[in-house]
Amino acid sequence: MAISEIASGLTPLAMTNKQSSKMTEDYKEGLSHILKSYKGERWELISLLQKVQERFGYVSLEAMSGLAHFLKIPQSTVYGVATFFNQFRFTPLGRHPIKVCLGTACHTWGGKLVMEAMERELEIKVGGVTLDGDFSLDRVACIGCCVMAPVIVIGKDVYPKMTPLKVEEVLGGFKQKASSANPPNDEKG
Amino acid sequence: MTFDEIQYQALSEWRALSEKPRILIGTATCGRAAGAIEVVKAFEKELARQNADAIITQVGCMGLCYAEPLVIIIKPNYLSVCYGNVTPEVTHRLVEGYILNDDPCLELALGTFEKSDRKAPSIPELSRFEHELRLLLCHCGYIDPENINHYVANGGYSSLAKALRMPREEIIAQIKRSGLRGLGGAGFPAGEKWELCHEAPGTPKYVICNADEGDPGAFMDRAILESDPHSVIEGMIIAGYTLSTPYGYIYVRAEYPLAVKRFKLALEQAEALGLLGNNILGSGFSFWIEMVQGAGAFVCGEASALMYSIEGRRGMPRVRPPHSIEAGLWRKPTLLNNVKTFASVPLIIERGAEWYASIGTEGSKGTAVFALAGKVAHTGLVEVPMGISLRQLIYDIGGGVLRGKKFKAVQIGGPSGGCLPESLLDTPVDFDSLSEAGAIMGSGGMVVLDEDNCMVDAALYFLDFTQNESCGKCTFCRLGTKQMLNILTDIVSGKGKTEELDLLVELAEDIKEGSLCGLGKTAPNPVLTTLRYFRSEYEAHIMEKRCPALVCKELTAYYILPDKCERGCEHCVLTCPAKAISSDENRIKIIDQTKCVKCGTCMQVCPPQYSAVVKLSPPPGDKP
Repeated sequence: MAISEIASGLTPLAMTNKQSSKMTEDYKEGLSHILKSYKGERWELISLLQKVQERFGYVSLEAMSGLAHFLKIPQSTVYGVATFFNQFRFTPLGRHPIKVCLGTACHTWGGKLVMEAMERELEIKVGGVTLDGDFSLDRVACIGCCVMAPVIVIGKDVYPKMTPLKVEEVLGGFKQKASSANPPNDEKG
Repeated sequence: MTFDEIQYQALSEWRALSEKPRILIGTATCGRAAGAIEVVKAFEKELARQNADAIITQVGCMGLCYAEPLVIIIKPNYLSVCYGNVTPEVTHRLVEGYILNDDPCLELALGTFEKSDRKAPSIPELSRFEHELRLLLCHCGYIDPENINHYVANGGYSSLAKALRMPREEIIAQIKRSGLRGLGGAGFPAGEKWELCHEAPGTPKYVICNADEGDPGAFMDRAILESDPHSVIEGMIIAGYTLSTPYGYIYVRAEYPLAVKRFKLALEQAEALGLLGNNILGSGFSFWIEMVQGAGAFVCGEASALMYSIEGRRGMPRVRPPHSIEAGLWRKPTLLNNVKTFASVPLIIERGAEWYASIGTEGSKGTAVFALAGKVAHTGLVEVPMGISLRQLIYDIGGGVLRGKKFKAVQIGGPSGGCLPESLLDTPVDFDSLSEAGAIMGSGGMVVLDEDNCMVDAALYFLDFTQNESCGKCTFCRLGTKQMLNILTDIVSGKGKTEELDLLVELAEDIKEGSLCGLGKTAPNPVLTTLRYFRSEYEAHIMEKRCPALVCKELTAYYILPDKCERGCEHCVLTCPAKAISSDENRIKIIDQTKCVKCGTCMQVCPPQYSAVVKLSPPPGDKP
């Protein structure tokens, strides 16, 4: 079966408006692009899941059924493998993905307090995404910056030596940036 | 190209480098997090602006993580100097002072740097290097990991060229005589493993390098892959040659993007020179290495789980025998070793088994690499001969406990290891002594804990990790660790009972016996060792409802001392995230304990001259 056929079989449930059909197109194109460099052998599954996550930011149900089709294995097997490994997430990331390191060194320096402060400030639990989609919050086992413990990572930036107080500051900076990007219509100076 | 030609080419490139001043900048993950890339850019700009002629080389990790970003300036006929905590601002001074003129800017330096006969970096001003013996890390931070010629010029791949002319049995005999033991943690004799796999019937055979360094707080394998990837490749090719197989795999954590990138590049460069791939160096032997990225499962550090994961399956260990040397990847004979074990092989082939066997102790030969972290002054990577004492490691090399605090324990081996108290600091670092004390050599994570760390909380932390990472196959590991976790959670929240301490030990023994793989067999270690050496802390939590280190939240409370509180200042009131602090009619601050989330912000912001905020355990008023 041609790759494009497989990908078209995976179209997410009917979407009506233009934006959704644009997303579907992107999705199909993205998936068939990924599948092109694979042979369809069973052992390629984890690598495929990684590529899907890299491309889309998460592994959707549609993508999992697409991979099952491609590798000719049951969807439950794909789901079983994907949920076994910590790397895979099944909901989209926030615009600013936050990872709080809870490795050994970060723990000894109070990483738990930083995580609690994050949960408190963002009003979500670890693993969640804020309602506006701005932030997602995850824990990470160790990013190897033990010297600067406790650390958090937002996007690609590492923030060293965090405290609950600094959590407020850092998040405040992001929120300010967001509001200055869409300034309220006030009078001209 | 013959190996002589490859070597000649590499050496001429290396020699040409040494004619100009060189600036080496450590850009492994830890350096990058500290801002090394900005330093590289600043140097490039400064060199151009001051019209100075020098070569910038991005190198790997030197192991002095506490002083990142690290820069070394090597100048022909001058002292080579190492600078720590370099910022873009000082690059101007360094270029003007030492590249253009003769001022080595010693006020910015960590020490002078000399090339010793071991080819290892040494900084005489830093006493730690007198205690270290850098064999596996000898190229780290010294060569450009993205340039194979640097490795070849420093003796790289000559062991491969030598091995390809040796009978396979002789290689195995050398590894056996060297006494090399698996450096992934378990310490199985490597030579024996190679021999068993060599003799195992069935083809094809597979060589796998285990770089799934999942222990939170360990980063030795990452540093080697990022700083000296070719040493691992060379060891793997020799293993492939010994087993007469062309198939090699390396299983790397996907959380190590830079290691993945640099290793891939190293594979390409080795193949381009004919050191990897088809008909290696004209010997007729071919070998390829496929890179597989792990997807974040701690249990996949276990051999059988790792192999299932390469096959694209859930990484759950299986019953043995058969062992993986007989039936491993795709049920074929498979040799699996750790990054450091493979990196040791070229050293043994080059310098001989007797030389290697002369380092270390009776039962543990060679060196051990540790990632030193936690409450220690000089965190970083450390390589020491086996048999050195923990005290030497922590005090002479690590610089002792930070800020003059009191040492409490050292945690070795991560979630599978144990916490050792001060009384055991003279324990030699080797496989057998550490396991006797209740810890393990493990993957090499070493975390120092001081008086401000609670041992029950530490045990809870590691158990929480393994409980989460248990694959769920064995009932004892899946449910037993959960039960232990529940008991510990009760203890830290003041609901523990004395008799549960015995239950913890009983459960721990059962989990060890009832689990198939190393994860379950070692998961109770952190609890067992803390109970063995710090039982009084457990008892304080249970009987006095007190956390001696003032860590466990349910057993501590913040208070503002009225006589110390400076009434005009509102720092704590304004910063409290829970709005739990208010002023009374005399403007004395009071914390509403029902609202307090115990984040410690008030204590942090209270001006030091007042120091009015204190932390108490047990909270006053709570009668045990």
